[in-house]
Amino acid sequence: MTVFIIRRLMQAALVVLIMSFLVFSGVFLVGDPTEILVADDADQAERAAVIESLGLDKPFHIQYLRFLTKAAEGDLGESFVFNEPALQLILDRLPATMELAIAALLISIVFGIPLGVIAGLKPDAVYSKFIMTGSILGFSLPTFWVGIMLILLFSVQLGWLPSTGRGDEIHYVFGFPTSLLTLDGWSHVLLPAVNLALFKLSAVTRLARAGTREVVHQDYVKFARAKGLTDQRVIFVHVLKNILIPVVTVLGLEFGGLVAFSVVTETIFAWPGIGKLLIDSIGLLDRPVIVAYLMIIVLLFVFLNLMVDICYSLLDPRVRLQDIKA
Amino acid sequence: MANSDVPTLEVRNLQTHFFTRAGVVKAVDDVSFSVRPGEVLGLVGESGSGKTVTGFSILGLVDEPGRVVGGEILYKGENIANASDERMRRLRGNNIAMIFQDPMMTLNPVLRVDTQMIEAIQAHENVSRNEAWERSRAALEQVGIPAAEERLKSYPHQFSGGMRQRVAIAIALLNKPDLIVADEPTTALDVTIQGQILYEVQKLCEETGTAMIWITHDLSVVAGLADEICVMYAGRVVEHGTVNDVLDNPAHPYTLGLINSVPSRNRRGEPLAQIPGMTPSLLNLPKGCPFKTRCPRVGPDCEIEPAITHPVTARDVRCHYPVTAGEAAAPTSEVTA
Ligand SMILES: Nc1ncnc2c1ncn2[C@@H]1O[C@H](COP(=O)(O)OP(=O)(O)O)[C@@H](O)[C@H]1O
Ligand code: SF4
Ligand SMILES: [Mg+2]
Repeated sequence: MTVFIIRRLMQAALVVLIMSFLVFSGVFLVGDPTEILVADDADQAERAAVIESLGLDKPFHIQYLRFLTKAAEGDLGESFVFNEPALQLILDRLPATMELAIAALLISIVFGIPLGVIAGLKPDAVYSKFIMTGSILGFSLPTFWVGIMLILLFSVQLGWLPSTGRGDEIHYVFGFPTSLLTLDGWSHVLLPAVNLALFKLSAVTRLARAGTREVVHQDYVKFARAKGLTDQRVIFVHVLKNILIPVVTVLGLEFGGLVAFSVVTETIFAWPGIGKLLIDSIGLLDRPVIVAYLMIIVLLFVFLNLMVDICYSLLDPRVRLQDIKA
Repeated sequence: MANSDVPTLEVRNLQTHFFTRAGVVKAVDDVSFSVRPGEVLGLVGESGSGKTVTGFSILGLVDEPGRVVGGEILYKGENIANASDERMRRLRGNNIAMIFQDPMMTLNPVLRVDTQMIEAIQAHENVSRNEAWERSRAALEQVGIPAAEERLKSYPHQFSGGMRQRVAIAIALLNKPDLIVADEPTTALDVTIQGQILYEVQKLCEETGTAMIWITHDLSVVAGLADEICVMYAGRVVEHGTVNDVLDNPAHPYTLGLINSVPSRNRRGEPLAQIPGMTPSLLNLPKGCPFKTRCPRVGPDCEIEPAITHPVTARDVRCHYPVTAGEAAAPTSEVTA
């Protein structure tokens, strides 16, 4: 276990290093932030001063090395726009995004698994076909369009739910700010969470259905029935425990995707999270924030991968951590 | 000995068909037999002859698109062919248990052995977990699993194939059923373990008076185990009688063919007389006798499907030209000549 984790951490460090290079060089190539940062009527000397203060006059490798040494100290640079540490900007907005992603994850699990199991048990029933058609829509409708439709229907037409922002009453749980402790908070998060969840919900439904269809034909399910177990026990213990293995794996890996894809949803619903910050920063060519955002996402993915492998070994007794190809 | 007037199980003219897109597959088509307490019935036939489907029909475990479409399944006189789901659930594992062919696939890979044993008891009896655990431990010891207490905490993948089949047998024995349907339980195991398990199961049935249906494609297995045998071909019983009668004087050409294809000591070195041809597809059986394309005795009457006859006392045979006692010895005498 310890050996496994140490090996994985070393690999993770390598991945993060490679990604930092890709991210930094990618951003380096895009646009010239001075055009936005320096006032139009500024003279040559003023312009040079700004460029020098931001370190933009140095060659690429110097800039990258400086970025790396600072990053090792937890300093991902200062935002050109806000004059605040970029990391702090991200961390301030991360809880809102996490809240949204977790709400979306819950929706995917709570609805996706039962829908998938129902459709998998009776694949020829009309309601199963209905569920599967719905999941295809969930896959193929563009997120931004669904988001706008949700707002039009539930906020504009029916007036049931707010269309923008996060609940105002923020409470702290273990030091993390959340608005989910109030009804107002939930009413704000519901529409964006559904919007963000739609894709994952479809994925979980299809995965649970495929798993169920495969597992119900296994000998061990028939043997469980031959023991005289009730249908409930066969489904909730024998079938469910087996299909949870792929579902948990995919959900864990896709959680990073939820966070990353929240960009679109946050923009539509004006959700004050890191996705919206990213879009704003790209518009302003605020390089340090973009880099910090991407680095945080990389770290998140690496961390989730590790967690998934650990969960996997807990769920499936046949898998031991040292056997997972690290 | 229990009252052996009423058979533990009597199957009469059972028909189980699968309604597939390609047509109706008559997997079981007119199968009849009975077993009494303490008796072993051997159900023999090539792969695909409908043995497993017969077993599943008895337990009410035939899945879509299959259905029991005819006949009676009498458990101690009660017809359970169309019993309610709840009635069948209560019988399964409690009165009628089944052991499957492939021990590697029978146990749920993600549940511990104790979970899988305790639930089998608690599905039928309102007993505490502790008591159910204790009974599970005793059952494992009964089938010869050492360190049962340790083993209960293990997962199936920590057992060998032979040990897994013993666990499955222990599970079948947990609720002291009156009838066990054993579907080729030793086919997937190596010969030594097969022998041990055969011996132990036979002993257990004798001791407890449990009736047993032992399904196999291997005549030599039932020879030493069964009291009666039923030979199946293409979903039908083609011959039925006591094990000694049938093996010494087979009346159906198919039975004779099976016997001649078993390797035996006094014919060592001899090429085995395999039955020519293959089992016909159940979707397009030949008209008349389904065996006629492979049968050495085929004659004009075989264009009409034969009914069950009784050419010898206490024997059911489905053939127009049954083998007589003198002829059956013929292949053996050729060998000595
Ligand atoms: N689910 C099913 N759908 C269609 N046909 C089936 C199904 N299950 C079994 N059968 C048919 O029943 C026949 C008998 O199968 P089975 O009882 O498993 O044979 P055995 O156990 O004697 O080898 C097979 O040849 C197959 O064609
Ligand atoms: S009825 Fe005819 S074809 Fe069928 S087994 Fe008898 S002899 Fe052979
Ligand atoms: Mg079979």
